[in-house]
Amino acid sequence: MSLEAFLLVAAALFCVGLFGALSQQSIVMLMMGLELMINGVVVAGAGFWLRVAPNADGQVLLLVAITVMALEMAMGFAVVTALFRARDVDMTDDAGDLKG
Amino acid sequence: MQTFAFWALAAAAVGTGVAVFAVDSMARATFSLLASFLCVAGLLLLAGLQYLGALVVLMMVMEMLVMAVFMIMYMMNPAGLMPMTMVHNRRGALLVSGGLFAVMAAGILLVRWPERRGRPPADPTADLGMALMGPKMLVMMVIGIAILATMIASVVLAVRGGRYGRAEGDGAGGDGANGGGAG
Repeated sequence: MSLEAFLLVAAALFCVGLFGALSQQSIVMLMMGLELMINGVVVAGAGFWLRVAPNADGQVLLLVAITVMALEMAMGFAVVTALFRARDVDMTDDAGDLKG
Repeated sequence: MQTFAFWALAAAAVGTGVAVFAVDSMARATFSLLASFLCVAGLLLLAGLQYLGALVVLMMVMEMLVMAVFMIMYMMNPAGLMPMTMVHNRRGALLVSGGLFAVMAAGILLVRWPERRGRPPADPTADLGMALMGPKMLVMMVIGIAILATMIASVVLAVRGGRYGRAEGDGAGGDGANGGGAG
């Protein structure tokens, strides 16, 4: 498994997630796209750890990325719940108060 | 054998990732995402990162189960009994993501990557543990504080309540900033 192989898989996952984040109207589905993007970052980090610098720093960085993934999901669900409670909205198009 | 497993897991990870946005059912989308995470955990295990691979498996199984509950709560079509299209600007999103993939793939294949410095440790889990309990302790402490802050913030955001406690009814008795009934 070369570094390029890891990075190609990571890029594919990141771009699939980006497609979801840009195209989905549902906030929960949008968050799924963000999760896939961070998933790609994790794969790229594993590739760099294995093929460039196999020391503890890379593993710590991956641990931070995985933690960010969980925290993003928790905050996302809380925001969706607050938004739904206040405005009965679960779609991005209906939650455009700050749109210019 | 390892190369075959790598490409099989990679194809499955990307395929199930695509399926998240292609299936009709919200429940299926959630479990497709879970499958993608499990395949990525397999890739981590293949790379020798046993602890992080196991962490992804454990964390994502729980996270996707919570997500399935939220899906059923908020979405109108959790079982996928009818086709659903909840997308906007599909063509633009395809163009942006496809173009970005082409640029990234070209960069990945054209860039001359550095040679590996050192060899992977015999026990990467022990290496990570020693780093977290030693020179990287600050990172672990920041992660802990970030998790605590997220727990508090998510409860504050999600709970129906006012400044002085739980709001009564649909916000009639509460004066909270995030109180009030839905709809």
